[in-house]
Amino acid sequence: MNPRKYLKVYINFLHTSLASELEYKANILVDLITAVLSLIGSIFLLSIFFQSNGNIGGWKFEQALIIQGIYTILNGITNTWFNPNLTEIVKHVREGTLDFVLLKPIDSQFFISLKKINPSGFLEIMLGFFLLIYCTKINQINLNASFLTLSLITLLCSICILYSLWFFISTTTIWFVKTWNATEVLRSFLYIGRFPLNSFSFSLRIFFSVFIPIAFITTIPSEVFLGISQFWKILLEFAVAMVFLFSSRKFWLYALKFYTSASS
Amino acid sequence: MVQNIIEVRNLSKTFDISSKKPGLKGTIQHFFKRETKSSKVIKDISFEIKEGEIVGFLGANGAGKTTILKMLCGLLYPSEGSILVAGNLPFRRKDNFLKNITLIMGQKQQLIWDLPPIESFYLNASIYDLDKFEAKKRIEKLSDMLEIDNELYIPVRKLSLGQRMKSELLAALIHEPNILFLDEPTLGLDINAQRNLRKFLQRYNNETNATICLTSHYMKDITSLCKRVICIHNGSISYDGKLDQLLKKLSPVKEILIVCHSENDVIQIEKTGFSVKNKTKNEITIIVKNDSITSSLKTILNNFDIEDLFINEPPVDEIIGNILVKKDYGI
Repeated sequence: MNPRKYLKVYINFLHTSLASELEYKANILVDLITAVLSLIGSIFLLSIFFQSNGNIGGWKFEQALIIQGIYTILNGITNTWFNPNLTEIVKHVREGTLDFVLLKPIDSQFFISLKKINPSGFLEIMLGFFLLIYCTKINQINLNASFLTLSLITLLCSICILYSLWFFISTTTIWFVKTWNATEVLRSFLYIGRFPLNSFSFSLRIFFSVFIPIAFITTIPSEVFLGISQFWKILLEFAVAMVFLFSSRKFWLYALKFYTSASS
Repeated sequence: MVQNIIEVRNLSKTFDISSKKPGLKGTIQHFFKRETKSSKVIKDISFEIKEGEIVGFLGANGAGKTTILKMLCGLLYPSEGSILVAGNLPFRRKDNFLKNITLIMGQKQQLIWDLPPIESFYLNASIYDLDKFEAKKRIEKLSDMLEIDNELYIPVRKLSLGQRMKSELLAALIHEPNILFLDEPTLGLDINAQRNLRKFLQRYNNETNATICLTSHYMKDITSLCKRVICIHNGSISYDGKLDQLLKKLSPVKEILIVCHSENDVIQIEKTGFSVKNKTKNEITIIVKNDSITSSLKTILNNFDIEDLFINEPPVDEIIGNILVKKDYGI
């Protein structure tokens, strides 16, 4: 693998997908407005939950806002990279255009995961970071290098888990062809990540930790952010992220052996 | 001696295909329990292709031509047998192999729909690790050969099918591959666009000595580009050899159109015992075997005062159309 070549290709991906998106200015504007309204709506919903009870699962409203900030960043990343690329896998398989990807001297997973970007998702990522900065003030969090490094690592692990889950589901397209619904179910589960894990019942906590590790994605980075996370949890999230990333890669390579291409 | 660039030995491919009974009941049954049957679509075929050859794959729809091309370029795993393309096992899809080949499909496109083709060319150039200077040089050369210029800067969605196909070709050839797999490249193009594309492919083959494997339902593509054809019938090779030999064997006759001065002459020619294809008031078309053309012409010219005479080959489309549905040509 030649990193220089992959960087050059990625710059070209950025350039072409930005140019494609900018062809439709109105669409970008609508997406930007939706991102702002969605964040306002989510905070409003959260405030309603906390209105009657100032404390849910041991989390105060100011602390729960951190989860909302991390969720907004992850949702922004989903909208910027995962949604435009990974939903396209279904189209590639149905129409047989995956042939062109597989016949290029470049890693097929890299190509199909990063070819497109949706620039309006950037606004969500920025809004998420602004919300986190605001949270450091209201929660009086002391910013230091180790805190920032750990927060960044857990956030990166969350991105890896989310990507792997999505990619795993999209890969099943090679056998089942249409899997739109499965990725929609995953998105719905992601909404659950806006709330602290402790706010759910014991059985749901197990479900969202073991079977669909949505809880890892937002709760652990938020705990690290607040300085209340235990070290084993960070290690666990790191291990889960690595296992998911590795398995999704192996699963993709295995699935390609069953790719039959579309008839002409 | 010219080397074999493609070697195929006892190749077979089996697909699991599910079938569905008609109606609502059939749909419900199909949803819960799919009946799948293994179908051997390619059956124990072997052939070699030499470097620089242009080979046409002929066969009816569903005969297995595209499946063979997809196995040759590494998209499909063979169920049995072996394939070597430029010394590589295609299905491993190693970078060195992929840099050597290209696949062009008339009915699928790789260009970015909302952007001018030039953007896709530079993207492909970066994937093939070409620097900007080299990419620019190749784009200029190929666009000159394909006779496209302004179209490079117009969004793909606004190009005509012919312009789009030329751009697809350019995108697929920017890395200067040695082996081209073309699956119906002229599909849907008008006559002029088809001719230009054929002209380009012939020139590309002459200048680069690239090997071309081509499938097409337009017989003109096959007859003007391919000296050799491989006929596929139900997944098996029914003929592998020179096209002109195949046509000669399958069409051992010629048609002679005779224009006479009067209706009486037409009747007299008919009475001579020739096999008559059709006749009008002043014209008669007879069918004569290739080996008796000279004697037949002598008989006509010596015995009848005719106005004009034309010797025609039966239409190639008709001959090839017939061979596509036959298993054995007795050659």
